[in-house]
Amino acid sequence: MGDPLFWHRLQFGFTATYHYLFPQLTMGLALVIVVLKAMGLRTGEARYNDAARFWIKIFGINFAIGVVTGIPLEFQFGTNWAKFSHLSGGIIGQTLGMEGMFAFFLESSFLGMLIWGEKRLSPKAHFGAALALWIGSWLSGYFIIATNAFMQHPVGYTVAADGTLQLASFWAFLFNPWALGQYAHNMIAAAVTGSFVVAAIGAFWTLKGIYPEQARLNLRVGTIMGLIFSVLVAFPTGDLQGKLVAKYQPITLAAMEGRFESGPRAALTLVGQPNVAQRRIENPIQLPAVLSFIAYGSFSSDVKGLLEFPEDQWPQNIELLYYAFHIMAGLGTIMIAIMGLSALLLWKGRLDGNRTMLWVLMLAFPFPYIATTAGWAVAEFGRQPWLIYGVLRTVDGASPTVNAGHTAFTTLGFAGIFVVLSVLWLFLVGREISHGPVSHTPKA
Amino acid sequence: MEMLWFWLVSVMVAIYVVMDGFDFGAGILHLVVAKTNEERREVLGAIGPLWDGNEVWLLAGGGSMFLAFPKVLASGFSGFYLAIWLVVWCLMLRGISIEFRSHLQDGLWRHFWDGTFALSSVLLPVLFGAALGNVLRGVPVGASGYFEMALWTDFRTGGVPGILDWYTVLIGVFALVTVAAHGALFLAWKTAGAVHERAKGLALGLWGAVLLLWIVASYATSVVNPGIFQRLPQAPLGWAACLIVLAGLGLVFTGIKRERFLLAFLGSGAFILGLLAASAACVYPVMLRSTLGPQFDLTALNASVGRHGLQTGLVWWLIGFPIALGYLAILFRFHRGKVKAAGEGEGY
Repeated sequence: MGDPLFWHRLQFGFTATYHYLFPQLTMGLALVIVVLKAMGLRTGEARYNDAARFWIKIFGINFAIGVVTGIPLEFQFGTNWAKFSHLSGGIIGQTLGMEGMFAFFLESSFLGMLIWGEKRLSPKAHFGAALALWIGSWLSGYFIIATNAFMQHPVGYTVAADGTLQLASFWAFLFNPWALGQYAHNMIAAAVTGSFVVAAIGAFWTLKGIYPEQARLNLRVGTIMGLIFSVLVAFPTGDLQGKLVAKYQPITLAAMEGRFESGPRAALTLVGQPNVAQRRIENPIQLPAVLSFIAYGSFSSDVKGLLEFPEDQWPQNIELLYYAFHIMAGLGTIMIAIMGLSALLLWKGRLDGNRTMLWVLMLAFPFPYIATTAGWAVAEFGRQPWLIYGVLRTVDGASPTVNAGHTAFTTLGFAGIFVVLSVLWLFLVGREISHGPVSHTPKA
Repeated sequence: MEMLWFWLVSVMVAIYVVMDGFDFGAGILHLVVAKTNEERREVLGAIGPLWDGNEVWLLAGGGSMFLAFPKVLASGFSGFYLAIWLVVWCLMLRGISIEFRSHLQDGLWRHFWDGTFALSSVLLPVLFGAALGNVLRGVPVGASGYFEMALWTDFRTGGVPGILDWYTVLIGVFALVTVAAHGALFLAWKTAGAVHERAKGLALGLWGAVLLLWIVASYATSVVNPGIFQRLPQAPLGWAACLIVLAGLGLVFTGIKRERFLLAFLGSGAFILGLLAASAACVYPVMLRSTLGPQFDLTALNASVGRHGLQTGLVWWLIGFPIALGYLAILFRFHRGKVKAAGEGEGY
């Protein structure tokens, strides 16, 4: 408790995790809204615009909380991780600055037009505002992922005489292979969150027997998009992410799987408990040779175990990493099954009447949130003990002058603020859901 | 190149102060100039579509400093640790206040957010002003490049300085009154009816207070950092900045007198911009002055990243900056003319 590093890590992990509950929905919903507005423009049917209007309201509330919970993250680089910022600012400052310049200005300028502008703007211009928000929020996502990718797999830099990292190749840094893979995986995951939330609301209204037309539309859009994206998040994007980890962070891969011994035809562990003290996995149920195939594309490939590597390079919390990865992968599989079943029923025209499936859809919306959070836990715990993989250790990145008491105090402050924000969120979103979609005919 | 980035960062920060300044000002004054729900919605309608974009200048300015002078960012942010979080919490409270107020048509709900909006709008300029005060006076940064400071002291002159003490809070109050005066002109320009009349009535008195506090703040600055104004006469940019300050003041008072409030508002923008530019010219090339000795100063030259990073940043900065200004033009055009309170469920 007296260790500042513990509090710095807790604070960043806590605030970033809480923050990301909101952008993952707004980035996903932005895409949903663009689709709905496009359908509205194409067909001229009011129901698409009515649905979009409802989701824009939900988007607005979540976007506001996303903005205010995002501000602290930008500041924490300097306040809590001063040495890291000093050493790598010349590189990650590029993407963080670009995020402000190219993404935040775009989003903030057109947000008001999207939320309040439907009556004043032509349908095409309002679609344009939706498009701007989608592009802006997905661009913002890229700059953040590129920043994180530099920490996961640093490229495009040189080390100067004073030990600072200097930009050597902007394009290598910006189009880091890790960034491309992680971006695809992460954004598809956001689309999964958006789809599950849309489907859950459709299921809720159907079960309540209210707003039948909108309930059907949301069920259909949520299910179709949900199936597409739940599949894409696993394959090819999740698979690609796994291969990146295997290639650039083989120690992390071994820890994610609780694998201690090396060898070919490596088995994929479905369930089991890693016992780090005794260097083995207990009670495993495994698929033989599958890990070799997933990691390197061939059943006979050699997958290294943790014992192959010096222990001071192991992630410190192997158990957490292992469980986070298995929760993510397990939920990912369950989500494909849910959406596959739902899509089948939809195709047969029996989804509206199947109350069991509707209950499942209504209650499944936390799954993508949990899977996404677990996925980020894998990425960040997997990166340990490094802050910048292979370059800077986490212990060497924190602010030298900030003590544990200060950071504990502000962390608790954030805990209080987040409780208030959560209550407000529940209250306001709950109100919008019970009010349901508002129909009006916008000016032609 | 380092010199250029010093000025780019200064420009971004100055634009931030001018832009967020008027919506801070609106928040500081709104309990006074807007009495009814209808009137408060007029004030919120005037700044609602703009505040978020205005705050992006802070993030973009901070991002520019991060990319060009990470050593300054690292030292300053960790040294001002608790003060930074006060700023962040106020920014959060303020954003939520603006965005959530109109969701419920309930008197108590709205009064609550009116109060938090006013409170956060008052605290923020005081804190930002205090930050400027610390930069002008200097901080105890030593050979390590880092420093520690108490969040507040006993507020007596002399003694050990803190992040918040007599001098920095004085600069904070100067900032508070200045953005309030700036916001009064913005509201006088953008509103009609009772809000317009009240904002107009306050403008002249507030600007009188700005002039008074300006003199006091300048004197206090010369006390805590005796050499600070010596650079001004030699720096051509300093001269230009002083001219902008005076021209801005001229516009403010002419604009108020002739009831041309857009003119007066532009004048107050120029006043703030010029004042910050003059401050930057006074301290250039020092970004974080050390009170322990000039050899420990963090300057644009000893705290910058390598050439390639600066050049690369400049390329996208030159692309991004006009785009940002373009959005701003679209936004002001879309919301041109006097604001009216939005119908229920249709705006801030």
